[in-house]
Amino acid sequence: MYDRGLTFTALGVLALLGAFPILWLLVNGGGGEPPELAQPRDTAGCVESVDYMRRAHMDLLETWRNTVVRDGQRSFTTEDGREMEMSLTGTCLACHGPKDEFCGKCHDYSGVKPDCWHCHLDVEGGL
Amino acid sequence: MTTSRREFLKAGGVAIVGVGAAAPFIAARERSDEAHPAPLAQGGKRLAMAIDATKCEQCQNRDACIEACHREHNVPQIEGPEEEIKWIWRESLKEVFPEQVHEYSDDALRERLTLVLCNHCDKPPCVKVCPTKATFKREDGPVMMDQHRCIGCRYCVVGCPYGARSFNWSEPREHFEDGVPNPSYPTRTRGVVEKCTFCTERLARGQEPACVEACANSGAGALVFGDLEEPESAVRRAVESSLVVRRKAGLGTIPRVFYKL
Repeated sequence: MYDRGLTFTALGVLALLGAFPILWLLVNGGGGEPPELAQPRDTAGCVESVDYMRRAHMDLLETWRNTVVRDGQRSFTTEDGREMEMSLTGTCLACHGPKDEFCGKCHDYSGVKPDCWHCHLDVEGGL
Repeated sequence: MTTSRREFLKAGGVAIVGVGAAAPFIAARERSDEAHPAPLAQGGKRLAMAIDATKCEQCQNRDACIEACHREHNVPQIEGPEEEIKWIWRESLKEVFPEQVHEYSDDALRERLTLVLCNHCDKPPCVKVCPTKATFKREDGPVMMDQHRCIGCRYCVVGCPYGARSFNWSEPREHFEDGVPNPSYPTRTRGVVEKCTFCTERLARGQEPACVEACANSGAGALVFGDLEEPESAVRRAVESSLVVRRKAGLGTIPRVFYKL
């Protein structure tokens, strides 16, 4: 085999480069702590259980969106019988606003970029 | 009886020509039925608006309805025909009623401005051409936009024969100098089409459309809104006993905005 030394050095450098993200995390302690979220203002409880909301709030919001826009149905009843308006700005942010203190923290952490706020308003957070 | 090949072909030809000649008449009859659809089943709604153009023209506060609508729905004020966004506005009679204006109509009549908005057609061409079903017709009448689905292709802008749709060429929020006028209603984003919604969000709260309310408050009382299927409703009474016209009714779109000229 010609240039054995050179080949194995190059392979080693390549492997190091490939493993760089993992090594970086090992040295710098993983992806950092999960974000601390602001507590909701209304303590009566969310529209669904906290566990469900963490897992599937995007599905719930999509159902709300379609129900309001396509079916013209605006009222949502929680399991314990509370009536809510299906509204991102009106209902969700009333407890969780401003968005940067709640939605934004997790979305930034996980690199998700939903486009809700291109149209929906976050008045507390200045649009 | 025997039929020669020649006779058979002749009879066939006559039959084809006969059917071909009758087809337009059959189609025309169907079209004329479409232009006046039957009343809906019991309990069905058909929301509509009637505009008394004479009262509207005499109004001292003619921008009240337009301003109320555009403030309510965060419609940005952008100058110039290229980028302007409008849900309800005024247009000259020669543009609004090209079939009624004729070669002897004088200039004053041609240029007289009248109020226009989305006609919320029973057979909306914008809905037909939308490739993503972002625009759709609600069962109770309003032609709606689902901004989440709009991809900004502008087929609907071209499809609408009334010019009732506006495209957001730029970010609408950049045009509000003193903040968003109505914080409880969303804005739109760059790259989507928007138009009048017959104020479905206000109807859900039991209110009248913003323009109708503003018109009543300014004392003109030129706009009436309601359910055509409701025999006692103001809009039904406005259209059933006086002669009213709809814009370009010959197109078969069946507009739900009526004008008393």
